[in-house]
Amino acid sequence: MDNLVMKMRAHGVDFFYGKNHALKNINLNVAVNKVTAIIGPSGCGKSTFIRLLNRMNEMVPNTTLTGKIYLDCLDILSPCIDPADVRRRVGMVFQKPNPFPKNIFENISYGLEVNGIKNKQLIEERVVTSLKRSAIWEEVKDRLHDSALRLSGGQQQRLCIARCLAIQPEVLLFDEPCASLDPISTRKIEELILELKKDYTIVIVTHNMQQAARISDYTGFFLLGDMIEFDKTDKIFKAPSDSRTEDYITGRFG
Amino acid sequence: MNSDMLASNKSSHGKGALRSSSGLPYGKINVYMTSSFRIKEKLIQGLFGTLAFSSLIFLVGIVFVLFKEGLPIFQDVKISDFLFGKFWYPTYDPAEFGILPLIVASFFVSLGAMFVCVPLGIGSALYINEIASHKQKMILKPLIEILASVPSIIYGFFAMAILAPFLQKTFNIPIGLCALNASIILGIMATPTVCSIAEDALSYVPRSFREASFAVGATRWQTLIKVVIPAAGSGISTAIILGMSRAIGETMTVLMAAGGAAMIPTSAFDPVRPMTAAIAAEMGEAPMGGDHYHALFAIALVLFIVTFLFNILAEIISRRFRIKLGLSG
Ligand SMILES: Nc1ncnc2c1ncn2[C@@H]1O[C@H](COP(=O)(O)OP(=O)(O)OP(=O)(O)O)[C@@H](O)[C@H]1O
Ligand SMILES: [Mg+2]
Repeated sequence: MDNLVMKMRAHGVDFFYGKNHALKNINLNVAVNKVTAIIGPSGCGKSTFIRLLNRMNEMVPNTTLTGKIYLDCLDILSPCIDPADVRRRVGMVFQKPNPFPKNIFENISYGLEVNGIKNKQLIEERVVTSLKRSAIWEEVKDRLHDSALRLSGGQQQRLCIARCLAIQPEVLLFDEPCASLDPISTRKIEELILELKKDYTIVIVTHNMQQAARISDYTGFFLLGDMIEFDKTDKIFKAPSDSRTEDYITGRFG
Repeated sequence: MNSDMLASNKSSHGKGALRSSSGLPYGKINVYMTSSFRIKEKLIQGLFGTLAFSSLIFLVGIVFVLFKEGLPIFQDVKISDFLFGKFWYPTYDPAEFGILPLIVASFFVSLGAMFVCVPLGIGSALYINEIASHKQKMILKPLIEILASVPSIIYGFFAMAILAPFLQKTFNIPIGLCALNASIILGIMATPTVCSIAEDALSYVPRSFREASFAVGATRWQTLIKVVIPAAGSGISTAIILGMSRAIGETMTVLMAAGGAAMIPTSAFDPVRPMTAAIAAEMGEAPMGGDHYHALFAIALVLFIVTFLFNILAEIISRRFRIKLGLSG
């Protein structure tokens, strides 16, 4: 792939929920400072895959994982790696905005505090910069001590992005970040993702073909736990090499 | 009348079917159906309504009786003397009806019980919700529910026959039947209440909060302390209040375990007579319609008001908690 630097690499990853073979031999590389989109019909394993990238799926009991996943050259699945360390470097934004039932300021400062940052001034600075960075500062700067649950869905989602940015990760994972948002909020988040791409490596799961086409550089198409095709987004959408990919993006199934 | 209704239902079905086949809009059919179902529906509604409101009727009845039988005592004794009088000598001549020793005993014993049931109940709720494997959960939860269903007389029996002699020996006190004895046993009794309500509160905390916390690199412990417990905080306080209310209303156990002396306790080793124990012990011998009889009803009224307030407090807190979590009001 054009001599790109790879930020994350998944190597022969197989994943089972009990006996359900949810991912089958996935090989996928995530290029640094690019947006990689993952598309595919419901239940094909997209969420399962990106939740492996920050070791979030460990919370699910009775699962089996084989294969390797690297972050730079760190083997993140190795038993001597603390999952919290991985999650600090690989941030995640969920499908449904999930701010804490705390105020706006605390929502952001929480991540800093649990990572041992105690300096009040530093915390304040980071809160402000990450709110600015996620394009929500203007809307919340006068109400930092209001409950985050009183924000609109789109604002909550940007707050969650800010919470993620505050701990200065290197990779951002988005699992259908716009699924519960209106078109205007969706556009804001998309613009934000394009903006964030300059400094972060981004992986996004989406059901929205136009969204994948608009914002991603690379696209992987998943089907029933297999990765059918992975290529530049242009190529996937204009000239897919697999007929199943074509069927999916033209809306013939899924 | 029943068969009549059935018949009319049938005929309306028939009509409906006929009309729809003759091309009339479906809305019409619904109108016919509902008009003939209406009586039946009203009846069913009425029946369930009566059932639902019967608990209200019982409640009103209880309150009415408590007031009717309890208030006459205040013709002879001032309310303030009744509530704050230090001497409860209902059978002396002249009798004294000061229930302060009983009130103090109730709160004293129940607060003591809190020291047992709060750590035990909340601790086991946290264990069940956060740490236990699925298998352990399947064993622990029913076990705790069984603990709740043991009749209180068995707890009382246990307190008398085993705990009291044990306390007597360990602390070298004249009798084991004392406030401490009652507190310990009440605490054990209230543990299942506290545990199951607190466990519910913890399990209501949406998984998304935990995930959000893990996703920023928090450990399980940090997540528990800083996210889960605060989010479940009001639910946990409800659990504590209801545990307290359970302890304060418990009768049989304290009757057997607390020692029964109607004096203001000065230490945990003093025998005490909580309100419930006083009523249960004395009701049989109080001449009906006499002052003592009315005084016991007035105690019951006080007890009722106290537990009622506890429950209202618990309700207010849990409602606020649901709003805070964004669950339905
Ligand atoms: N926690 C879980 N426990 C057991 N099976 C699961 C769990 N989560 C997902 N699965 C199963 O794994 C498969 C892949 O699910 P996954 O959530 O990754 O799909 P998805 O592509 O993200 O779908 P969607 O587009 O609907 O979000 C499905 O068959 C699903 O039933
Ligand atoms: Mg998904």
